[in-house]
Amino acid sequence: MLNIKCPYCGDRSQKEFAYGGDGTIARPKLNQEISDEEWDNFVYLRKSPRGKHIELWHHIAGCRQWFKVERDTTTHEIFRTFKPEE
Amino acid sequence: MSQNFRLNTGGLINRDKPIEFKFNGKKYIGYEGDTLASALLANGIHLIGRSFKYHRPRGFFGAGVDEPNAKMQVEINGCSEPNINATEIELVNGLSASSQNCWPSVNFDIGAINNFLNRFFPAGFYYKTFMWPKSFWYRVYEPFIRKAAGLGIASLEKDKERYEHKYEYCDLLVTGSGPAGLASAYAAAKNGAKVILAEDKPRYGGTLLTDDVTIDNLSGKDWSEKIISELKEMPNVIVKNRSQVFGYYDHNMMVMFERTGDHLEKKPKYTPRQRLWYIRAKEVLLSTGSIERPIVFGNNDTPGVFLSAAAKEYMKVYGVLIGKKPIIFTNNDSGYETAIEFKKNGVNPIVLDTREDQNSELINEAKDLDIKIKFSYAVIVAHGYKKVKSATIGKLDKDKIDFENTEQIDCDSICVSGFWTPTVHLASQSGNKLKFNDTIDAFVPDKSKQNEHSLGAANGTFTLQDTLKNSFNTGSEVSKSITKKDEKIQIPNTNERKYSAHDKFWCSPLPKGKNYKRFVDFQNDVAVSDIEVALREGYRSIEHVKRYTTLGMATDQGRTSNLNGLQLVANVEKKIVPQVGHTTFRPPFTPVTIGTIVGREIGKEYMPTRKTPMHHWHEKNNAVWVDAGAWKRPRYYKRGNENLFEASKREAKNVRDHVGVCDVTTLGKIDIKGPDAAEFLNRVYTNAWLKLPVGKARYGVMLREDGIVMDDGTTTRISENHYHMTTTTAQAANVLSHLEYYLQIVWPELNVNVVSTTEQWAGAAIAGPKSRDLLAKLFPKLDVSNEALPFMGYVEGDLFGVKARIFRISFSGELAYEINVESDFGLFMWEKIIEIGKEFNVEPYGTEALSTLRIEMGHVAGPELDGRTIPYDVSLEGLVSKKKDFIGKRSLAKEAFNKADRQKIVGLVPLDRKSSIPEGSHLVENKNAKLPNPKLGHVSSSCWSVENNNPFSLAILKDGKNMIGKKLFAVSPLKNTSIEVEVMSSHYVDHEGKRVRS
Repeated sequence: MLNIKCPYCGDRSQKEFAYGGDGTIARPKLNQEISDEEWDNFVYLRKSPRGKHIELWHHIAGCRQWFKVERDTTTHEIFRTFKPEE
Repeated sequence: MSQNFRLNTGGLINRDKPIEFKFNGKKYIGYEGDTLASALLANGIHLIGRSFKYHRPRGFFGAGVDEPNAKMQVEINGCSEPNINATEIELVNGLSASSQNCWPSVNFDIGAINNFLNRFFPAGFYYKTFMWPKSFWYRVYEPFIRKAAGLGIASLEKDKERYEHKYEYCDLLVTGSGPAGLASAYAAAKNGAKVILAEDKPRYGGTLLTDDVTIDNLSGKDWSEKIISELKEMPNVIVKNRSQVFGYYDHNMMVMFERTGDHLEKKPKYTPRQRLWYIRAKEVLLSTGSIERPIVFGNNDTPGVFLSAAAKEYMKVYGVLIGKKPIIFTNNDSGYETAIEFKKNGVNPIVLDTREDQNSELINEAKDLDIKIKFSYAVIVAHGYKKVKSATIGKLDKDKIDFENTEQIDCDSICVSGFWTPTVHLASQSGNKLKFNDTIDAFVPDKSKQNEHSLGAANGTFTLQDTLKNSFNTGSEVSKSITKKDEKIQIPNTNERKYSAHDKFWCSPLPKGKNYKRFVDFQNDVAVSDIEVALREGYRSIEHVKRYTTLGMATDQGRTSNLNGLQLVANVEKKIVPQVGHTTFRPPFTPVTIGTIVGREIGKEYMPTRKTPMHHWHEKNNAVWVDAGAWKRPRYYKRGNENLFEASKREAKNVRDHVGVCDVTTLGKIDIKGPDAAEFLNRVYTNAWLKLPVGKARYGVMLREDGIVMDDGTTTRISENHYHMTTTTAQAANVLSHLEYYLQIVWPELNVNVVSTTEQWAGAAIAGPKSRDLLAKLFPKLDVSNEALPFMGYVEGDLFGVKARIFRISFSGELAYEINVESDFGLFMWEKIIEIGKEFNVEPYGTEALSTLRIEMGHVAGPELDGRTIPYDVSLEGLVSKKKDFIGKRSLAKEAFNKADRQKIVGLVPLDRKSSIPEGSHLVENKNAKLPNPKLGHVSSSCWSVENNNPFSLAILKDGKNMIGKKLFAVSPLKNTSIEVEVMSSHYVDHEGKRVRS
């Protein structure tokens, strides 16, 4: 079980969080002209990197804030956690 | 029964408290402080089970977690549990144990025929034999193997014991209270660190209890008692015995299981049987010690063969002799400690040392005690079937691959010592790649991946003085960096003797022409010959050899067999052990009961139960419950002998004819506030939201980015910047997370706040032609006319002094209102509705009637919004704005979503107007078509239409738009039904939606 430092609440157990996927995906802007391919990339295609990965987590049983975690997907080492605007 | 093998004095047992127990139906006496194993040995019982594959007689081999053989079926307080390690379970009054894997009895076991047929049971026997014919696997082979391979028998009774979970945080977790654990815990505690010291056994001290040493002129036992009592006094220290740390997980999450109740004759009320600890430790110090390695020889599994340290432990801790005529077979000095202990207790052992004649402090002490020692000697084979009676021993030649001469000597036990294997399981679980240490012929921890250090024997340090020094220092340094305190501690002196080097001898060679079974893994019956077969057949990777032969795969995880197995593979392959590598260590280190893992999360405690404020009223009025997530909702209110069908029909009909009331508290409610709230809703929902006036509600549909409908519900504009959103009961949590995601991550520029208010409001829906009359009586001062409160209108009212929100929304398709009051007044509101509604024939209705009403109206719900449908499919395309963008809109433009024959919701009625159509039925054109019969759609919801008095269903049908009027078959292979149906509009009642607006 991971130990995750919520940037708002501090160190908490993984049990309090929900995983939110790749944290580097940016949603296309509203009303933006976008090809099928680009849209599909946004909706469906995700990398599954071995090693460092920036991901979203949601402090669902805490402050309910979404934030970002830089984690190694093989060792589970967490390098840093930060607010989305950082 | 007399305890013939109990020493007159000595041991740490309480001789004033005899304990009666049963083994295989016979009564015996032991003492308080005994394990089941030590008590049986005190009574001279050695034959305790049969082996897994060959059903060979087996006896005790170890004295703790190292024990591979002594798995027993144990009954305490009427609970029967299989595979209990007799060397670990403490003796309590009334304990009853029996042998496993033997029939009809341990003394006469039919299965032992396997032993004589063993040439037909080589490694991979099952894989090779039970392959053909294929159909035999399930009917013949599998049930047979299952029966033959069973260890104990799992109880079919419900486990009545109580188990608990506990969470703890600490600076340092120290696993094991031997010298390394005590020293490091003490040093850390002195620095003020929060320390947890966990000891698997009932007694603290580890090897200090059995080794003949002094520390600062105190005996090992006295020194450990002194340290433990000091630690127990410290407020920053938790000291736990009977607690096994069995798993090392990510980020120093350690899992430990504590035996809190098994050793108590009478447990105080609410004391759990076992407790699972989740411990998050900043640093972990692994002082798990080491386990003695056996030396492999012929028939080395005969009862009476022991690990030499176990024999010593039985004498020192339990005052029990494992034999009166022992052979000590050793390749190192440890065996001499056991020999000396025997001698001190009046038994004359004979020591066979595989090394050439040599001197060390210990060997000289043994020589001085006149202990008979034979150097360059080894045991070739043990004789005796159910107990060792004699042994053939031999003088090793120079290369130690053959014998110069052999002789047979009488003995009743063989104590074997092949040096020590560090217990590296937890270190390995932590991600530490182990390295091979040539000096001790074993793997030791290498670089830490997490915050852990291995100390003492677990780290391959086998001398006490070094262990104490390193452990005090590590404990001090690690804690210093956390607490910033540095309390100086004097490292104590010991009178430890110097040891001479061990011999790398690990397996006795077979004399020419002899073919003795030499076991490497006792618990899974893996002999040297089995591993040789696997290698001959081409298995190379140690992981494959392990799986093919089952070496090290039993519940003891190969604690005594791993290294000898590797050694053998290395020899045959002409490699060295580090090249062979080792198999993976996985949690749990020792078996853990399912009860402990589950803890209190059983039955109704499996998850929290959510109850509405009106719950007890429903209960009193014979509600039959249905689970809606964690909520309990009334499915129907039972009257007399009514069944579900009859009750729901009655309740639904009452809504259509008069007025009904339904508890809708469970609907998700989200409060949305902020100047950008309208803009936000406009992006979240598919329809337009910018122009919704204050005091109006609107139905909305939200999509996922992939265009699939996520949820639907109404949202009401309470005031300029304040909205009240409702979601379905099932999606409430997901929708809130979804909204938070878009507000915090995607559009942080929007000034909007969302918060769940599901539990703040109690809700009651009143529906039916009489609902306005009822509302008027509930709110006498309020104008509830169609003009003042039209469909989708919202007002606030005063319900006899209670502030209420009134929404004119409808799920049943009838004229309906939803009243919300603060949860504390929920029951008050409900009772008022029931009381005042009497004159209008108000009746409560449950979820079944609610479904009936919405289905015949053609309203979609969960079964239609099943994560596979877009708005068009469920006829909500009218709510999809063409002008604005919203979440998921771009996906709706995709080709597959716009095909002419796209699936669409339709209604179905059976041609006979009688047969109910099972939900999940497939729609096909021809019920007799060849399989696979092309599927055109599926039935999503079914009900008995109370309006038309016949069955009616909703279905998602391919090209549904053009199928109206067609006849199809609804087939359900599950229910074995095939019903001819007519396709029609999904709106079966009130097509124009007049009633909701009336």
